[in-house]
Amino acid sequence: MLIFAARRLIQAIPILLGVSLVVFGLVHIVPGNPIDLLMPPEASPEVIAQMKAAFGFDKPLYIQYLLWLGRALRGDFGLSVFNATPVWGQLVAALANTFVLAILAAMLGFTLGIVCGLVAAIHHGRWPDKLFSAIATTGVSLPHYWCAIVLVLACAVLHDWLPAQGMGDDSLPLYDRLEYLVLPVVTLSLIPMGVIARLVRATVLEIIGQDFVGALTAKGLTRWPVIRHICKNAAPPVLALMGLQFGYLLGGSILVETVFNWPGSGNLLNLAIFRRDIPVLQATILVLASFFVVLNLLVDIAQAAIDPRIRR
Amino acid sequence: MSQTTADFVRRELQVAADAPQAAPTPGYWKAVARRLARDPVTIAVTLVLLGIIFISLGAPLVTGGTDPYAGSVLARLKPIGTPGHWLGTDETGRDLWTRLCYGGRLSLLAGILPVSISLMVGGFLGILAGYAGGIVGTLIMRTMDVFYAFPSILLAIAICGLLGNGLSNSVIALSVVFIPPMVRIAETVTTQARQLDFVEAARASGTTTMQIIRHHVLANVLGPIMVYATSLISVSIILSAGLSFLGLGVTPPQAEWGLMLNSLRQAIYVQPYVAALPGAMIFITSMCFNLMSDGFRSAMDVRLNK
Repeated sequence: MLIFAARRLIQAIPILLGVSLVVFGLVHIVPGNPIDLLMPPEASPEVIAQMKAAFGFDKPLYIQYLLWLGRALRGDFGLSVFNATPVWGQLVAALANTFVLAILAAMLGFTLGIVCGLVAAIHHGRWPDKLFSAIATTGVSLPHYWCAIVLVLACAVLHDWLPAQGMGDDSLPLYDRLEYLVLPVVTLSLIPMGVIARLVRATVLEIIGQDFVGALTAKGLTRWPVIRHICKNAAPPVLALMGLQFGYLLGGSILVETVFNWPGSGNLLNLAIFRRDIPVLQATILVLASFFVVLNLLVDIAQAAIDPRIRR
Repeated sequence: MSQTTADFVRRELQVAADAPQAAPTPGYWKAVARRLARDPVTIAVTLVLLGIIFISLGAPLVTGGTDPYAGSVLARLKPIGTPGHWLGTDETGRDLWTRLCYGGRLSLLAGILPVSISLMVGGFLGILAGYAGGIVGTLIMRTMDVFYAFPSILLAIAICGLLGNGLSNSVIALSVVFIPPMVRIAETVTTQARQLDFVEAARASGTTTMQIIRHHVLANVLGPIMVYATSLISVSIILSAGLSFLGLGVTPPQAEWGLMLNSLRQAIYVQPYVAALPGAMIFITSMCFNLMSDGFRSAMDVRLNK
C-alpha cells in the first residue's frame, strides 16, 4: 500500500512540471510582451524597459520560466501588474471563498446523486428509475450559468426570497450571510448530482448482476445487508469520479461565480483575463491545476486503500 | 460539463475491451434501425434537433426576412407576445425570435466544430501512439496526461482568454480540451487491435502497415470514438456558449445564444422571461444531443438486446 502511494506520488511530479510548463507557455504563445500590452502608447521606451526589468520580462524565456517556477514553489507569485499588490494574498482570499462554495456544493450534490442513483438502480426499469434517470440527465445537460440566471429569476426577481448576488457583508449576522450561499451552492451541485447519479446507477446495476449478490441473497441475507455489500463494491469508481467532480467544482466555478458576483478564484481569473494581468492569471491557473493533480492523486490512493485489486 | 469524461472514457474502454472485433454486418444495422424505431424518446429528440437545425439554417425563411441586426430604440425589451415580436425584443430592440434562429447557426457551429476537429486530430494521434508505441507513443500519451491535469473548463478559458475572443479562438480552445480523451480511447483500442490474431496474420502475410491501419485498426477505433464524440457535442455546446457568455467567444453584435444570454442578463429585472430564452435554447439543444446519443448507444449496443 505504501509502495503504491509512493509510486503514485513520484508519478505526479512530472505531471506537475508539465502543468507548470503549459501554464507558463500559454502566456507566451500570444505575440507581444505583457508589458507592451499594458503600457499606454505614449510611454517612453526607457519607462517600458524599466517596467520589463522590474517584472523580469526582459530575460530569455527559459530563464523567465525557471525564475518563475522557483518563486512559485516558494509561494511567491510576484505582484499583480494591475494593482501592484501581492498575487498570493489575492489568490488565497479568492480560493477560500471558492472552497466554501465547492465543499457545500459537493456535499449536497454527492448526497443527492448517490441517493438518486441507488434508488434508480434498485427499482431498475420501473417509474423511480425513469424519474431519477431523467433528473440525472437534466443535471448533466444543464448549462449551469443559465440555471444560475433562472434561479435568480425565480428566487430574487419574481419573489424576494434570497439575495441575487454577492456574498454579504462581514457585519451581517451569520444567518443572513448563509442566505447568500443558497443559490450558488444549489446551482453548482446540479452537475455533480447528475454525473454521480448516472455512474452510481450504472455501477450498481452492473454489480447486482454479479454472482456474489445472488449468493448473498440465497444465503438468506435481507435486503439492506445486500445493498451494503453492493455499495462497498461500487465505491471505488464512484469515489474516483467524486474526486474529479470536486476538482471541477474548484476549477470550473468561473461561470457561476461570474453570474453571482462571488469573489472567488473564478472571478479573479475572469478579472485577470480582462485586465491582462499575467502574474495573477498564471498563478490562479497553476494553483487550481495543481489542486486538481493532487486531488486525483489522493483519490487514487484512497481507491487502492478500499480495493486491493487496484494496487497490483 | 465534461465531468462525464472520466467515467465515459472508462466505460468506452470497457466496451472496447469487451466486444471490439466483430465487424458490423448488414443485419446489424437493420436491427439497430428496428430498435431505434421502438424508442419514442430518441425519435422525439432527434426530431426536435432537426427542427432546431432547420430554424438555424433556414433562419431567413422562418423569420420572414427580418434583419437580425436591425433594432429600434422604441421597441426595446418588449415582452413575449408583442405583435410583430412574438418572443419579445432584446436590449437594443432587435427581434428575439430572429436572433434566436440566427444564433443557432453560430452556437451549433461552435459546438460541433471542436468535436469534429478533436475527433480527427485525437484519433490520428491515438492511432499513431497505439501503433507506433515506443518513444513516440510514450511522448504522445505523457503529453496528453499533462492536459488531463487541467479541469476542462479552466483550460478552455485560459486558452481563450489568452488568444483573445472570437469564434475561431473558442473553437481552438475547445478542440485542445477535447483531444486528450479522444487520444486515450483511440490509443487503447489500437493497442488491443494490433495484438489480435488476424492482424498478426495479416502482417505475417505481408500486408502493409497502411493497409492494416485502414482495414483493421480504423474499423475498431471509429466506433468507440464516434460514440464518445456524439456525447461530447452536448458538453461542447454548453462550453462554447459559456465562453461567449464570459465574453471570450463570439463577439457582438453577432447572434449567438451564450452571448445573447449575457447581454440580456442586465434586463432580468425588466423582462425576466425574455432574458432566460437564449439559455433555454442552449439547454434544449444540449439535452436533445445527450438523449439522442444515449438512445443511439443503447440501440447499437448488442449486449443489451439479446
